[in-house]
Amino acid sequence: MNASDFAAWIRRAAELVTADAERLTALDAAIGDGDHGLNLARGFGAAVTALDGLPAGTTPGKVLIGAGRAIVSKTGGASGPLYGTALRRAGKTLGDAAEPDAAALGTALRAALDGVRELGGAGEGDKTMVDALAAAVTAYETAVDGGAGLPAAARAAATGAAEGAEATVPMVARKGRASYLGPRSAGHLDPGAASTVLLLRALADVTGGEG
Amino acid sequence: MRKIINDPVKVVADALRGLAAAHPGLRVDLEAGIVVRADAPRSGKVGLVSGGGSGHEPLHVGFVGHGMLDAACPGEVFTSPVPDQILAATAAVDGGAGVLHIVKNYTGDVLNFRLAADFAKDDEDIEVATVVVDDDVAVQDSTYTAGRRGTGATLFVEKIAGALAEEGAPLEAVAAVAREVNERTRSFGVALSPCTVPAAGRPTFELDPGEMELGIGIHGEPGRERVKAGSANEIVTAALTAIDADMPLRGSDTLVLVNGMGGTPLLEQYVAYGVASSWLADHGVTVARSLVGPYVTSLEMAGCMISVCRLTPELLRLWDAPVQTPALRWGR
Repeated sequence: MNASDFAAWIRRAAELVTADAERLTALDAAIGDGDHGLNLARGFGAAVTALDGLPAGTTPGKVLIGAGRAIVSKTGGASGPLYGTALRRAGKTLGDAAEPDAAALGTALRAALDGVRELGGAGEGDKTMVDALAAAVTAYETAVDGGAGLPAAARAAATGAAEGAEATVPMVARKGRASYLGPRSAGHLDPGAASTVLLLRALADVTGGEG
Repeated sequence: MRKIINDPVKVVADALRGLAAAHPGLRVDLEAGIVVRADAPRSGKVGLVSGGGSGHEPLHVGFVGHGMLDAACPGEVFTSPVPDQILAATAAVDGGAGVLHIVKNYTGDVLNFRLAADFAKDDEDIEVATVVVDDDVAVQDSTYTAGRRGTGATLFVEKIAGALAEEGAPLEAVAAVAREVNERTRSFGVALSPCTVPAAGRPTFELDPGEMELGIGIHGEPGRERVKAGSANEIVTAALTAIDADMPLRGSDTLVLVNGMGGTPLLEQYVAYGVASSWLADHGVTVARSLVGPYVTSLEMAGCMISVCRLTPELLRLWDAPVQTPALRWGR
């Protein structure tokens, strides 16, 4: 993947988030405060605008750092710092590479997950975006270890994210605003996990990986 | 729900424009999204910055002024402000003595203020201390949640820490008194109706007419438990019993806030305060100061929240110190 592929990833993610904003907001209204879709659509919109301002010949790392900074600046809520940190960490991990391979992207995705865990303090099973992101990273790494190329690994990550998100439905939330509901949070899909699925699906879409 | 708005996505900016017109003593920077005391930065004075989602007015923008906040950063409705806003406010009020961030314990607020404090230290070389307010007793098991929420105690913290900062105390002392107020305050809220975020256009939760929600936060989120709607006696007793169970009140001198959530008339808030006053007297609690009104609201949510702070003579002195803000003003 080169810099324009990474920019295409962010643009595709913005499309998917905007198209699904109502659904994300409805999920959030059930166990949070009902603003996730609105906020994320605003944040990714700002990321797309930031991409337009990047100079020609930029690197994949700078694309992700620039998008992450814009998301931190414009999203608000918990999702802004978390998604912004995820992208900035991934971008910093890619360094100056002009065309990271499947393994390098895997390292960056793992760094994104670590960044989200550190900032938010959530682990797997807490009913947050970490459940989807951790499942995606594991699926991606397993695919690469099995000899898959980047497109197939990206598709595996998208599938893994969807499974990880689905697994949040029966969970009782232990982090974020849904945690205040206690047992009443069970039976609902976590909105942060749902939006994480969109980000990974966007990656699979732009790399053209087959399921 | 009918609302007096022009454009649901511009409601915060439009309200800030109105705030600026109504209160020329405030500097409202629409570009940066911050509200700053006209005389900031004051050399040698610790700057106080707070912020959070909009929809809780007068918190925080109505508490900017002499003896209270130096700046507020209003986010979108029920959405924390972003780090750029917080950083701009921090830089605007830094008079060389450092800046205190007063943050309500909600994940979004905590994360955005943490990033902003990092940026302030790294990029601007401003010393920042942070106090996280978490007074809501409805959240019982903070090991398995994001922790207790910041609610009514925020007003007490902003007023008392603001008074000490106004006297020229150093950052360490201002942060310490802010933490002390938070530790000595407990709150419990009850909702009788949900509220509607303008941009979302529908209520944040559904509540049947015969029901009430116990243990609410202030972001329109549902609470811990839904029960049959009760009388003022039952509502106030439930709130004070929960507070007293968490922090025994007997024998204390207290500061009591009966806070309307936005949709409950002042008439009913005074009914609630009357019940609270009797309950406290019956339980051996002295009310040294009280405040009744909509100070920490949740849009048009109906309901009330009770906050009780166990005062010390020093905290009482600071509470009584002069304050001049749009929403709180005495002694000056």
